[in-house]
Amino acid sequence: MINEENREMRDSMSKIETTSAASSGADIRKEVKPSSLASVAASHESKSKSREIRDGVGLEARGIHAWFGKKLVLEDISLDFAPGTVTALIGPSGCGKSTFIRILNRMHEFIPTAALAGDVLLGGKDIYGSGVDVTKIRLKIGMVFQKPNPFPSMTIRENVLSGLRLAQIKLSNEDELLESCLLRAGLWDEVKDRLNEYGGALSGGQQQRLCIARSLAVNPKVLLMDEPCSALDPGSTLRIEETIRELSESISIVIVTHNMQQAARVSDYTGFFLSDGGPGKLIEVGSTSEIFSTPKDQRTLDYVTGRFG
Amino acid sequence: MATISVVPSKPWRPKLSRVWPDILGALFTALSSVAIVAVTPLKGRLGFSITLIVMAVITSASISWLRRDRKAALNSVSTVFVYVAAAFVIIPLASLLFEIVSKGIVGFSFGIFTKDMSLTSADSPLSEGGLLHAVIGTLYIVLLATVISTPVGFLASLYIVEVQGRFASLVRFFVQAMSGVPSIVAGLFIYAVWMIGLGNSYNVAAGAGALAILMIPTVARTAEEVLKLIPNDLREAGLALGATQWRTVAMIILPAAKSGLVTAIILGIARVAGETAPLLLTLGGADAINLNPFEGNSSALPFYVWKNYSLGNPESIQRAWLGVFVLMIMVFMFFSLARYFGRAKGANR
Repeated sequence: MINEENREMRDSMSKIETTSAASSGADIRKEVKPSSLASVAASHESKSKSREIRDGVGLEARGIHAWFGKKLVLEDISLDFAPGTVTALIGPSGCGKSTFIRILNRMHEFIPTAALAGDVLLGGKDIYGSGVDVTKIRLKIGMVFQKPNPFPSMTIRENVLSGLRLAQIKLSNEDELLESCLLRAGLWDEVKDRLNEYGGALSGGQQQRLCIARSLAVNPKVLLMDEPCSALDPGSTLRIEETIRELSESISIVIVTHNMQQAARVSDYTGFFLSDGGPGKLIEVGSTSEIFSTPKDQRTLDYVTGRFG
Repeated sequence: MATISVVPSKPWRPKLSRVWPDILGALFTALSSVAIVAVTPLKGRLGFSITLIVMAVITSASISWLRRDRKAALNSVSTVFVYVAAAFVIIPLASLLFEIVSKGIVGFSFGIFTKDMSLTSADSPLSEGGLLHAVIGTLYIVLLATVISTPVGFLASLYIVEVQGRFASLVRFFVQAMSGVPSIVAGLFIYAVWMIGLGNSYNVAAGAGALAILMIPTVARTAEEVLKLIPNDLREAGLALGATQWRTVAMIILPAAKSGLVTAIILGIARVAGETAPLLLTLGGADAINLNPFEGNSSALPFYVWKNYSLGNPESIQRAWLGVFVLMIMVFMFFSLARYFGRAKGANR
């Protein structure tokens, strides 16, 4: 693990032009409260410049508080997700990571006792604003769940295209879309001859990639992934991580993970959540290399080095 | 080089040397039961069955105790009771089926499906007349009742499980209360409201309405249980793809629950297909074929059975058995068709 991380750190550190640039980034973060990914991203100019963003839309969370009933479960979370970046959210179980990403595409409101304060801005517009069509929001902000959940009554083909049917979008070149989504999800070669088989016949890892392909078919700007690899074997995990890296060239990705190596491998930025029995808080956020090498907070250091949690 | 020959075997199967005490025990149980019935006042099949159960418990418990220990003996006793309970379920059902088939097959011929009873008197031989009018009546009634109660039952269950509206628990309570309504009350309700109150006369639709009242709660409760089994992941997956709740339900939940929903319809049909009491109040009865479900007296198989049985002469009673036999075949066919069309696709996880 350590070796792996070190290699990852060296890789990402080498992308930063000078150490002074990194430290100036840290200075900016001290000025801006609460800590914002945008400021961190600004300090990584070299990285942002090297990355060409196509029609990217950023997502910003501003002062998010969340309740279940009377219990406050998230307190004052502010995070920016820059276009074309992968952000990993780490932290022990029960610290509100899943709740937080469910807030980002308005899945939070399905829990009857849920309540919310704060804003989530997609391309500068509040997704919780009045008059916003929630189904359009969820089309733009896709989600991949912890457990692979292909629709059992649909074939592989129907599963991938189900988003179009569900949102009643008509397309003429469905076959092209089918192929491109399965290609982007890294599943095409394995299923191209069995597109009319049922999704349930695939292995767990293939099912999860099918679910990724399904969420890509509606062309989301942001993809939220809630522990997408927690039920998968290392081989499938590797395929999905490759998929994430390829996808990050065109969309922004937020991934919740308990796997520290995974966070280090796939993400550009990492946010560390922690709950000390009370509401979950965002302890620290920064570029992944910093979080894993020189975190500002002792608790982050303890967590990423495996000393607790 | 040594070759190892591997033969597929089942090492967990008991060997003959382990089985012979069991065989001896079974023999002992049977013989001692016969002997006990012969020498004691216990007589008849009932006496023999009770003796057999008691002896089986004693024998299997002692063999297990001798072979192993007290826990094994307790295990044997509970095994015997489980088998006895299974027999208590199978024996009455099998004897009922045997009785229906053996009595009903007597007058069974293709001809009974081509004729009605309009030109046949009650005491004429079974080769004359038929029960086509009752078959048609039953088909109409079951189809109409299904057409009425399936949408109502499914929508009610969707309200309870998917919409989870303000009145969900109230609706569930009423559905449960309705499933306890005696069938004659459903018949009386239609008779009082639809016929006396609104001035309609006897017809098939009235009978179907009465049966629908009985069928709706069965369909709704079963559908509710089936929908609850659909994992919440699928609902969230649908909604997360930007679907409305209605599209999610129609395209994901209902197809995923399809085989269970078909079971709900089957259980509903099973509930009402043999109902007689509501039909006595609503059909009016007829001996001729009536193809119009909305006008005129009609018959149905349960009605036909009831009528012929109450006529009392030997031919009529035979006709009643014939009616029961045909009704059983029809219900079996409904079930097979529903199962065939409701097979779960791709649910082979």
